[in-house]
Amino acid sequence: MRTSVILGSRAFALTLTRLCYQLIEDHGDLKGTVLIGLQPRGVLLARRLKAALGRILGHDDFLYGELDITFHRDDFRRRDMPLAPSSTLLDLTLDGRRVVLIDDVLYTGRSIRAGLDALLAFGRPEQVQLLTLIDRRFQRELPIQPDYVGRWVDSLDGQRVSVEWKETDGADQVVLETGSDRRGAPAADPISHEH
Amino acid sequence: MSTDNPSGQLSTDHLLGIGDLSAEDIELIFRTADGFKEVLNRPIKKVPSLRDITIANLFFENSTRTRISFELAEKRLSADVVNFSSSSSSVKKGETLIDTVNNILAMKVDMVVMRHPDPGAAVFLSRHVPARIVNAGDGTHEHPTQALLDAYSIREKLGSVKGRKVLIVGDILHSRVALSNILCLRKLGAQVMLCGPTTLMPRYVDTLGVKVEHDLDKALAWCDVANMLRIQLERQGGDGIANFPSLREYAMLFGLDRERYERIGKDITIMHPGPINRGVEITSDVADSGASIILHQVENGVAVRMAVLYLLASRIPREQ
Repeated sequence: MRTSVILGSRAFALTLTRLCYQLIEDHGDLKGTVLIGLQPRGVLLARRLKAALGRILGHDDFLYGELDITFHRDDFRRRDMPLAPSSTLLDLTLDGRRVVLIDDVLYTGRSIRAGLDALLAFGRPEQVQLLTLIDRRFQRELPIQPDYVGRWVDSLDGQRVSVEWKETDGADQVVLETGSDRRGAPAADPISHEH
Repeated sequence: MSTDNPSGQLSTDHLLGIGDLSAEDIELIFRTADGFKEVLNRPIKKVPSLRDITIANLFFENSTRTRISFELAEKRLSADVVNFSSSSSSVKKGETLIDTVNNILAMKVDMVVMRHPDPGAAVFLSRHVPARIVNAGDGTHEHPTQALLDAYSIREKLGSVKGRKVLIVGDILHSRVALSNILCLRKLGAQVMLCGPTTLMPRYVDTLGVKVEHDLDKALAWCDVANMLRIQLERQGGDGIANFPSLREYAMLFGLDRERYERIGKDITIMHPGPINRGVEITSDVADSGASIILHQVENGVAVRMAVLYLLASRIPREQ
């Protein structure tokens, strides 16, 4: 398996800062906006953005939640192992609020579809936007597009993009892995998947 | 809570008894139930996971709370549900169990939740019909989902089950709740003590790996949790009370009232699987006190049953 860093720690920090200012540009002081991180990996990005926004705005009285989508996935009974749920922390109703869904990598769009489905159990938001650190833009299987993007990555089907965090993985960086497919078995030749 | 193993699979296709589950299976059910418990506190308490699954609830014996609990669990998972009770069925016309169930399965039912007065009925059915079976109580044998929700409630109240001292009081002989509870608690590493009249202890009690005490005050002083079982009047011989002289004597020796609770001199958690014979095994002032988690048990029952149905359904192959 070959790996290459596509976003180093300095660029990573700059990108997070830019995303914060884009949110502020659109939402002002963020009062009335709810930031929601998707479990399991989106919450790491959401927590980081929440802390950074608090520093920039000088207050942290904006609404924040973490959402698990396990029971809303469309691949139940299609995978060998069912996924055990992560926790959901969303102690508020979304009626009439502006929501920003936050995930680390946007790939097929299926997680976001499940996230939207799960979200609607908490009320009827005025608007839902999507923020993602990485957009693998040519791999979408559903008509879902992000509103805020850290970096676009044009990758192949056999490749894997992983976002690593200082807290859990030792360093802030985004890595492109080549040579194994999504199920972990070696892919024959990633180039041959190109259309 | 462990997050080392984010995905998991039960080691069994049916839930026939706690005897078939490993400690890992039980932990997986609890972790999954944590997720469903959160779902049940949402404004919309429903998820779409089982929307292509049909479940038949077959109750050949009376039940109120278990049936409602299963039905709510199924509906909150978006399953299609059909209900059937023996009082309104062809069983009265002499149809056999396998015929009854196969006729229902011919209408494309994927899972069967069954309560039956005969011990082993669920195991028997699982060997002869092509559906996933959940045992909702088979005679005096097992009632696995009750034991799971009891252990889950102890875990929720005390943080863990391992090492806890759990006392089960009452009619052990006729109680499927007692047997399933003993098996479940022992698998999770709890210490179990039984207390009740000698006539209501099963003959095989010394094979269960539990302590036995006939003095309720001593037993209460030992335990962290006391599970007060219902005296099963319908399962006693003849006139209803053949195994002990009178209900009043039972209440005096093995019933828990305020005075006895205060004599313990420490806080213990009080449980009851319901329905309560108030004034017999437990008095109202204890059943409704802060020490009691009886209504939490009922609430947790839905989440635990959702977890069981979800995990079993995930093993049903999808039609192509």
